[in-house]
Amino acid sequence: MLRVITKYLKKFWLGMICVVALLYGQAQCELALPDYMSDIVSTGIQSSGIEHGVPEIISKETMDKVTIFMSDDEKTLVSDSYRYTNSSESKKLPYEISDKVLKNGVYVLKDSDKVESKKLEDAFSAPLLLVSGIDSAIKGDQATTDENMKKMMESLPAGVDPYMVMKSMPQKEIQEMRNSITEKLETYGSSSAGIAAASSVKSEYIKLGIDTGSIQTAYIWNVGLMMLTIALGGVLCAIIVGYFSSRIAAGVSRNMRKDTFEKVESFSSTEFNKFSTASLITRTTNDIQQIQMVLVMALRFVIYSPIMGVGAIIRVMDSDGSMIWIIASTVILLMLVISVLMAVVGPKFKSMQKLVDKLNLVMREQLSGMLVIRAFHNEEEESKRFEDANNNMRKTQLFTGRSMALMMPIIMLIMNGTSLLIIWVGSHQIDLGTMQVGDMMAYMQYAMQIIMSFMFIAMISIMIPRAGVAAKRVFEVLDTPLSIANPTTSEEPSGHGHIAFKDVSFRYPGAEEDVLTDINFEAHPGETTAFIGSTGSGKSTIINLVPRFFDVSGGSVEVDGVDVRKMTQHDLRDKIGLVPQKGQLFAGTIASNIKYSDENMSDERMKEAAEIAQATEFIDSKPEGYDTPIAQGGTNVSGGQKQRLSIARAIAKQPEIFIFDDSFSALDFKTDAKLREALNKLCAKTHSTMLVVAQRVSSIMHADQIIVLDEGRMVGKGTHSELLKNCPVYQEIAYSQLSKEELENE
Amino acid sequence: MSNETRKPPKGPMGGHGPMGGGAPVEKAKDFKGTMIQLLKYLSSAKWLMVVAFIFAIGSTIFIVVGPDILGTATTEVANGLMNKATTGVGIDFDKIFDIIMFLVGLYLVSAIFQYVQGFIMATISQNLAYRLRKDLSAKMDRLPLSYFDKTSQGDVLSRVTNDIDLIGQSLNQSLAQVITSIVQVIGIAIMMLKISWVMSIVAFCVLPVSGVLMIAITKRSQKYFISQQRSLGFVNGHVEEMYGGHTIVKAFNGEEDSLEKFSEYNEQLYNSAWKSQFLSGLMQPITQFIGNIGYVFVVLVGGILASHGEISVFGLVFTGVGVTIGNIQSFIQYVRMFNQPIAQAAQIMNMLQSTAAASERVFEFLNEKEEEPEIANPVDIHDENGKVTVQGTVAFEDVRFGYTPDKIVIKHFSMFIKDGQKVAIVGPTGAGKTTIVKLLMRFYELNSGTIYVGGHDIKDYRRSDLRSLFGMVLQDAWLFNGSVKENLRYSRLNATDEEVYEAAKTAHVDHFIKTLEHGYDTELNEETSNISQGQKQLLTIARAFLADPKVLILDEATSNVDTRTEVLIQKGMDELMKGRTSFIIAHRLSTIRNADIILVMNEGDIVEVGDHDELLARGGFYANLYNSQFSEEEE
Repeated sequence: MLRVITKYLKKFWLGMICVVALLYGQAQCELALPDYMSDIVSTGIQSSGIEHGVPEIISKETMDKVTIFMSDDEKTLVSDSYRYTNSSESKKLPYEISDKVLKNGVYVLKDSDKVESKKLEDAFSAPLLLVSGIDSAIKGDQATTDENMKKMMESLPAGVDPYMVMKSMPQKEIQEMRNSITEKLETYGSSSAGIAAASSVKSEYIKLGIDTGSIQTAYIWNVGLMMLTIALGGVLCAIIVGYFSSRIAAGVSRNMRKDTFEKVESFSSTEFNKFSTASLITRTTNDIQQIQMVLVMALRFVIYSPIMGVGAIIRVMDSDGSMIWIIASTVILLMLVISVLMAVVGPKFKSMQKLVDKLNLVMREQLSGMLVIRAFHNEEEESKRFEDANNNMRKTQLFTGRSMALMMPIIMLIMNGTSLLIIWVGSHQIDLGTMQVGDMMAYMQYAMQIIMSFMFIAMISIMIPRAGVAAKRVFEVLDTPLSIANPTTSEEPSGHGHIAFKDVSFRYPGAEEDVLTDINFEAHPGETTAFIGSTGSGKSTIINLVPRFFDVSGGSVEVDGVDVRKMTQHDLRDKIGLVPQKGQLFAGTIASNIKYSDENMSDERMKEAAEIAQATEFIDSKPEGYDTPIAQGGTNVSGGQKQRLSIARAIAKQPEIFIFDDSFSALDFKTDAKLREALNKLCAKTHSTMLVVAQRVSSIMHADQIIVLDEGRMVGKGTHSELLKNCPVYQEIAYSQLSKEELENE
Repeated sequence: MSNETRKPPKGPMGGHGPMGGGAPVEKAKDFKGTMIQLLKYLSSAKWLMVVAFIFAIGSTIFIVVGPDILGTATTEVANGLMNKATTGVGIDFDKIFDIIMFLVGLYLVSAIFQYVQGFIMATISQNLAYRLRKDLSAKMDRLPLSYFDKTSQGDVLSRVTNDIDLIGQSLNQSLAQVITSIVQVIGIAIMMLKISWVMSIVAFCVLPVSGVLMIAITKRSQKYFISQQRSLGFVNGHVEEMYGGHTIVKAFNGEEDSLEKFSEYNEQLYNSAWKSQFLSGLMQPITQFIGNIGYVFVVLVGGILASHGEISVFGLVFTGVGVTIGNIQSFIQYVRMFNQPIAQAAQIMNMLQSTAAASERVFEFLNEKEEEPEIANPVDIHDENGKVTVQGTVAFEDVRFGYTPDKIVIKHFSMFIKDGQKVAIVGPTGAGKTTIVKLLMRFYELNSGTIYVGGHDIKDYRRSDLRSLFGMVLQDAWLFNGSVKENLRYSRLNATDEEVYEAAKTAHVDHFIKTLEHGYDTELNEETSNISQGQKQLLTIARAFLADPKVLILDEATSNVDTRTEVLIQKGMDELMKGRTSFIIAHRLSTIRNADIILVMNEGDIVEVGDHDELLARGGFYANLYNSQFSEEEE
């Protein structure tokens, strides 16, 4: 999998950077939402939308009272920050105030940005609380007044303004009063103190007759709109990521597919045999498709999950790190549960594949052997075999199904338990004042995001190895060295298809024994050389050496006096017309198949070839004649017709060398005979060299030269009658196929 | 089908990745009818299913109630905090603890319920899959052979494995999911309305938007999925063809053409692939966005309601007195939960659609017309001692037959074959030489006329009795994955080991078997490819010997067999034919010449009947065929 990244993703580095950047953006957007929700709850609802303990506007009366409790430094800070007004230049006021109130004079914060000033907040919070405490004590509001305050009030003579008294009090006593309030605030914890400060600002606003309700609503709307914008930003990021990741994944798979196909096209038969055709097809199609699927997932989620997880962790640590252990233990617990479950069920999943294969096998056997099963009346026996496989599968599936049913409830239970634990621990933190209610709510959401990220990573870590296997299989193909390459300097053969095998031996790569040993013969233009021998005697191997599908292990194969390894494959194969054992056709029409060697060839040449191949009769019987479509693999024509068309294809090429690899097997006697007669005539005319592999002695009896093979060695060379006299292997073959009288008929 | 070409197995999460949305699914022709049939099939597990549903509903209700109760805990915390600021009393931890413990209990019960439900559904669905497979296999035995002429092996196989697998899987997941989704939607709706109808309206308003967008995207992406499928087909087709014909491509220097074509298909695939991927990938972020909009509005409206007790939109005033912070938290959870089943609805529908399509194929097979029933009073072929009394005489009387009613291949065919006579069937490839054989063993029913074996109409026998009279050695030597001995004994399951060895000796295969690594106990592998084609044929000859049939059916074709084995096969066949009525699909001239009767077939039809000399003298199709084969000898 790693090499997919280094080799193929590299080309898309710009897109990759975009993807990572956008995913970062998406994660940030996603993560910001709970924070804002927390603001709405903590500030919007609990603090009535007043964010800070610094009043933007304050009545002269309150200001006078408050300043009593301030230090000299604070006093200058405040007087510097605020301006006094009592006229109706109200346009410049932050909030609307009635003229009646205004007449008494107000102080307005000069620079509205200063609401966030920590110094100002410290200067105001304790004095403001003190003042409101004293005010409520004056009013005789019992419920909200604390004991100290009450005592102090009682000590004053009736009708005396306490503020007047306090003004004249020594600085030390004032400081003590303030300290007592500050201490009390500290017991609240910082967050509750903030709420308290905000609420005293709120009560000052109420005194001024400001509509605090609309301040709150405006705040909530503001934050809400912000959230919507962020959500929109998130979705835009996600969409663009989707665009890039789809293009990258599809692009990588396109390039891989192309490289693989190109590579396989350059393979020789050696490499093909190494992999098998079916496997090469799967590697080029399914495996790459699978890599693409995983790549899309990976581009979106493998990068996203860690960003999200880490981002959430950072935010959690930021607001309150003390509860991180809850999330950590949840993640560990979940991973533990999943891995235990996987450890138990995983092997069963693996064995399931075997059971499915077994079931398929039994079923396939029953289908292919239906005739035999019924003929021997063994249906019951077969049922038993099927029943065994079926029942084994049921047992395993029940086990895995029931075990997997555990997964979701446990995961849900753990996640819900986490929420509960956060509330329990969080409520204590809130009580201590180190956390706000909104924070706790956000915490729960972050916790879920972190847990989900981990779950996703776990899930993908199951998927990636599977894609890794696919990638490995594809790279196996791409990394295979070519066993047959064109020579650096090529010689051009001149001649008419003369073939010479000189001390040729051949063994398959990795094999221990030679398939062919000491093969020596010459095939001349205008003559037919036939090969016969039992299965595995090496006759097909010999003819595969001529078009250089394989390279010899020893000796040399020469065409027109040039070693086939010293000319280009293109030049060599231009000379050859090959007809394989199985008529292999390509999708298209009959004409496109016959004209495969040269699509521009004349119709006359095509028809002549079809004539010689004995294919005209069935072609003409088709309503569309030569334009009859051929399905992929030629499935819509019979085996015999396929063979005749592939013979026509080779003839139409007008090659110097014909190679027939047992190409007449699917033809009936009559057609076989006619075809051979026509071919002989053609060869006599064109002087082509003919190499023929055959099973039937009757089809090669008249060859100019018959080469008898046995276990990779030449055991006879000569004409039919010569061999009948002196070659025991040939005799054995001949007698098994032809009766004495037929042979004597000769 | 090898491992290589099998589709990749689905992942543990069911294989529905987040980008699965929008891929077109196969639809059933009759969705309702098929589903009803499927439910009928499930009727034996009716009560178990009801129990599972009850547990599903139960667990869902608990899950739905959870957030609301959790919300009260949060409210409790918030209230406690406010109190603390004013009165200093603080948070009532006892109460919160009670709520949490109650919730722990609730979640635990819910989890148990969910597991019970999952357990039962897994049981039901796997048992159903098992039963369907079993019924399908049993059905296979009762279907006439003619069915398999028009149906490919792969088709039947995919019904047994893929289709049934899909049914099992989707029953396991979707059925319970449908129920829980419905309960969840209703339950959440109720809970939301209970908390605040104003907030609920906000949440509900967002959903149709989500739905409409979803449908729009699905429609568009489906188009590209289809074209992706098509391009993929082109690419795969080209790859298969070029790899399959690799030597031809090379021999004709066709690589460049092939590459050019491939690049074209590959580019097409790239274009449709990224487009379909992109569009279907939109689904997830867009639903998430819509979910987020719901989330934001809930927080917004909830926040305003919680602080003011009312909200005014375009001059309309909605009241929502008593909305608490905990309510907002619960609501957020509900909105998220509410979106879930709705986002899944499309996926569930797809799953149900493909389940219906799969079930339809399975039921189609199960409802296929079966073989004609056996006759009520069949002729007994054995005497009291269990010896077969029937003679090997065969007679055809005015037989008329066609694989399809509109194409009759055998007309008015009559012939009498005495016990022990040899009948050679000759004709070019594809002439339908095995038709007669299949009729004899009653694999197919005649259109009219009668075939007599041993003097009785073949319909008067039990099929199994009739077939036991025949021995068959076909070109396609069928053996199964088992030991050599098991394979030989297949023709007579109660044969002793000695009898098996004896048969093998007579068939000249004993020597070969003994050269195998484990002799008679050698296991044939799954493709039975560890012995050669010729050796397989030898084993089938031995198998036929063991059956000791009255009538023999032989196929002489020995292609892909090396010459030495061929000699052995012929010796075996000759041995087997001694003293038995034989039908030989003949390829050897000696067989044909020595036959008592020659049936000449062409294009499914019996064109000539007679012995060698008669037929030669007639100068017809046979004479032509015979002469053409040996024309060169007469040159």
